[in-house]
Amino acid sequence: MEKPEKLIVDGKRLDGRMPDELRSLRIEAGVLKRADGSAYVELGENKVLAAVYGPREMHPRHDQQPDTAVLRCRYNMAPFSVEDRKRPGPDRRSVEISKVIREALEPVLFLKLYPRSVIDVFIEILQADAGTRTAGINAASVALADAGIPMRDLVSAVAVGKVEDTIVLDLTKEEDQLGTTDMPIAIVPRKQLVTLLQMDGHLTEDEFKRALDLGFRGCAQIYEVQRQALREKYGVKEE
Amino acid sequence: MYGIVSSVKRDYIVDLAKHGKRVDGRGFDQFRDVSVRTDVIKSANGSAEVKIGNTRVLVGVKIQHAEPFPDMPESGVLMVNAELRPLASPSFELGPPGEGAVELARVVDRGIRESDAIALDKLGIKSGEDVWAVFIDIHVLDHDGNLIDASALGATAALLNIKPPEDEAWTLQEFPIQKRPVAVTVSRINDRLMVDPCLDEEDVADARLTITTVEDGSICAMQKGGAGYLSREQIEEAYHLARTKAEELRERLR
Repeated sequence: MEKPEKLIVDGKRLDGRMPDELRSLRIEAGVLKRADGSAYVELGENKVLAAVYGPREMHPRHDQQPDTAVLRCRYNMAPFSVEDRKRPGPDRRSVEISKVIREALEPVLFLKLYPRSVIDVFIEILQADAGTRTAGINAASVALADAGIPMRDLVSAVAVGKVEDTIVLDLTKEEDQLGTTDMPIAIVPRKQLVTLLQMDGHLTEDEFKRALDLGFRGCAQIYEVQRQALREKYGVKEE
Repeated sequence: MYGIVSSVKRDYIVDLAKHGKRVDGRGFDQFRDVSVRTDVIKSANGSAEVKIGNTRVLVGVKIQHAEPFPDMPESGVLMVNAELRPLASPSFELGPPGEGAVELARVVDRGIRESDAIALDKLGIKSGEDVWAVFIDIHVLDHDGNLIDASALGATAALLNIKPPEDEAWTLQEFPIQKRPVAVTVSRINDRLMVDPCLDEEDVADARLTITTVEDGSICAMQKGGAGYLSREQIEEAYHLARTKAEELRERLR
């Protein structure tokens, strides 16, 4: 990849966005026939599918919990989703991402309602352009709602980063690779609670606070699109 | 890494937290006794054993020749691996690393990598063919909670303990360490934040946030864990706790 001279010119990013602007976002609920719930998310060049199965009987049975359902998440990248073919199957990165996604979704689910069962969430990254874990969370939470699983709220997620000392929302692959910092964040919007927070790079205290602000604002926008996707699918009219 | 706790114990710990207390009598901002011993393994280039209370972690660093990554032909390679051996806890099992071990290794890795603790650009030997690889292996010996902080402290201590390999390709005066990242994990129990959770606290905690900072207090890595949430105010409070505590822990690296 040719390194561009500057990632931000006259306050605008390479793709013409302002620092606090999301990429184009499209969310569709209920896109798969066999899954109990599903959703498709396009965020910029990212294409992500999420499917939910369950609550269903937990196999292997020794993983059953007598007092609660278990949430299982599996984040998987298609081999053709990235520049160099990704070897199929879980690697250390996807194992970790699956774990943090599960922990991002679990706080909104009433798992105690379904003892001994499992809720499976499968997230497939079909095309990747930075921010796949957060796009995956956005898709998964719509898919969980589509499956009719009782939830306190949706979960909305976005990545914030630092590019040439500017705090920016929703990094592209180029910005992620050439910028200094990536901070994915997931929020329960109505209660303003953080269920995923990761960061790598460099942030001062002040930059960290501004990044949090921007993350909360970005998630609020995503939340609206998620709700709209569910309204469209289930025909709820706007008041 | 999460264990099962009886509801009696859970209620006890949660109730204590409500009243500003902890099972072992510590304050919320107080670590257990921390000890760092370096140079404990002769066969490693650098090593450290960290004890935080009963938690014991051994970190060894090996420096070896390796092939560089194609996109970074002159840069050294950093690899962090963690082993949760069954000798360290009844909840650890034999077999390939589970998500707990993977997360532990990757959180320690990010702290070192993202702070540029090691000047990897100085570890090239022959462009595109040969570079130095720094392998940091975390061996958990006794798990009584807070493995992340113990492992991260051990990794930084072991890096500071490195004696360069006796190899004619090694031309640097000393191992190029430029930052001292320190991770501090803050746990939330019943809306109270506390540092250095012991195992029982870890098992009942709703959520944790690990914040890795360097000398000037800036953040180089973060990781939230656990199946709960944190409020914005709690995150900022956690940062201040982590920063203050990291300064104290960094004193142990001298």
